[in-house]
Amino acid sequence: MSTTTTRDLARPTPAKPDKGRPRRGLRGNSTFNFWLFTGPFLIGLVIFVYVPIGWSIWLSFFEARFTVTPSKFIGFDNYRFMLDNGNFTGALLTFTVFAAIIVPTTWALSLGLAMLVNRLRFMRAFFRSVFFLPTACSYVAASLIWKMSLFNGVRFGLANTVIGWFGVDNIAWLANPDPPWYWLVIVSARLWLQSGFYMILFLAALQNIPQELYEAAAIDGAKPGWQTFRYITLPQLRATSTAVILLLLVAAYQAFDEFFNLLAKTTWGRPPLVELYYMALGQNQDYGAGSAGAVMLTLLICIVTLFQGKILGFGKGDESK
Amino acid sequence: MTTTVPEVRKTERPPTQGPLRARRGGIMSSTGLYLATGIATLLFLIPFYLLIRNSLSTDPEITGENWKFFPTDIQWKNITEPFRDTTVDFGQSLVNSLIVGVLHTVGTLLVCSLAGYGLARIPYRHANKIFYAILFTLMVPTAVTFVPSFVLVSSLGWVDSYRGLIIPGLFSGFTCFLFRQYFLGFPKELEEAARVDGLGYWGAYWRVVVPNSLNFFAAIATITFINGWNAFLWPLVIGQDPSAWTVQVALSSYMTNQTVNYHLIFMATAISILPLLFVFLFLQRWLVQGIAQTGIKG
Repeated sequence: MSTTTTRDLARPTPAKPDKGRPRRGLRGNSTFNFWLFTGPFLIGLVIFVYVPIGWSIWLSFFEARFTVTPSKFIGFDNYRFMLDNGNFTGALLTFTVFAAIIVPTTWALSLGLAMLVNRLRFMRAFFRSVFFLPTACSYVAASLIWKMSLFNGVRFGLANTVIGWFGVDNIAWLANPDPPWYWLVIVSARLWLQSGFYMILFLAALQNIPQELYEAAAIDGAKPGWQTFRYITLPQLRATSTAVILLLLVAAYQAFDEFFNLLAKTTWGRPPLVELYYMALGQNQDYGAGSAGAVMLTLLICIVTLFQGKILGFGKGDESK
Repeated sequence: MTTTVPEVRKTERPPTQGPLRARRGGIMSSTGLYLATGIATLLFLIPFYLLIRNSLSTDPEITGENWKFFPTDIQWKNITEPFRDTTVDFGQSLVNSLIVGVLHTVGTLLVCSLAGYGLARIPYRHANKIFYAILFTLMVPTAVTFVPSFVLVSSLGWVDSYRGLIIPGLFSGFTCFLFRQYFLGFPKELEEAARVDGLGYWGAYWRVVVPNSLNFFAAIATITFINGWNAFLWPLVIGQDPSAWTVQVALSSYMTNQTVNYHLIFMATAISILPLLFVFLFLQRWLVQGIAQTGIKG
């Protein structure tokens, strides 16, 4: 109460006479100030995000090979071409498989690591760093290690050396889509790279759970372990879990680096972005079809995001402003 | 008598610390806990071990039949190898990455923090609509629009230039969103004080808000730098000429080269990770704190 009155008193300027230099107070001319602050960002956003989106949509209705100023309007033919063309639908399928594997495994691994680290009494910071360290590696670097040392097809790969101890023959991890061992390579690389980051999110959330909840549960006779995890930890992590799943899905949609580097010249295991890359910047430079693919992919992401938001209630409680 | 005290304590501790017991006891004993952590640690460190081992070995030792855990003869001279290689200008790619990484970070912080502050603090009729327009771009991954972005940037003549590598990436809806959320929670009283002192928004921002938010800026800077350094798709698209390659593109090109020079590739990879390890070492506190803060707080 007292603070509001002092604010109200301070607002009229007579208390503070002008000292020659005209000044904009915090309330004065806020439209100008709003644009001063947000203008540069918004101009950039329009030029480098909205214009490409619009351009993409426009290009997708034209026959645009080797040119970005096409003249021949072909309606939905590019879309039809992309959907009829098994490569793109195959890429969408590849993505679906990838997301179906990588989202739950990363979720479980990062939560598991967070719970381990959270329970440690000694060297907690050290172990946290160990699990977080792979975040420093790029997907390119990880792909190199995975492809040329860990999962090399010949004897000198570590994985083949290890299974060799048990008398198992060498496996060509990446050179053969059947059986699809390449999924193991790709998923393990991404798990290693991204789990530490999500572990930090879970760790922060775990530390925010009030201890009283566990005490109350103990009084009510809940057995520590599965029961407290199921009825206290998991529900308390709901908001973080939702955010993590959302981030994981979007990251999976954008998968490019490790697929591109691990499966460079293969025709299998191509996610949408790799497919679009070859489509638009490959030999044909088909910008029209590439754009149609990009538009469909974007729509798909929007639908999944909104759908997931509806189901998991993401964004609730963000009623600021 | 005194010798028994520790034992008594050992057994009595759990009951007196109820909550701890509920949390730490249960299915996993302390030994099991450290065993699991130890195994996970080993698994997480194997790739680093392979990287270091191979980068300091000779090629026959990397590809040899009798696989050894430690190279018999450590090849320190490998460290200079990537820089002497003539097929890829590795030194130039490192310089490119460094320039791009630093300018990308500085630019992103500047542009996004200003916008975030404007959205959080300055009243404007259409601010909400603008905010939703920014949120919408979060759903459109920039990687999906790389085709028209490339077309746009090439029509500006920015292919193979620092401008092309840096500028399109500055306008991150996500970073702007994070800054807005942060500034919404920034104590208003400090700005009120600045107002009493006669500062406008601009002055209050630079003299009061920024100096009091350095922790958050450091956290975002670290994350932005890591993302900039590790970016691959956009530099791959923009860097048509090898002189404009970033270190990630250079590494990728090693993989597709005809002649495979294992120790060189691994050494180059190790060198490419080093700058980030430094960042981790010195800025880890902010990094972890920042990620924890940005992890949408329910």
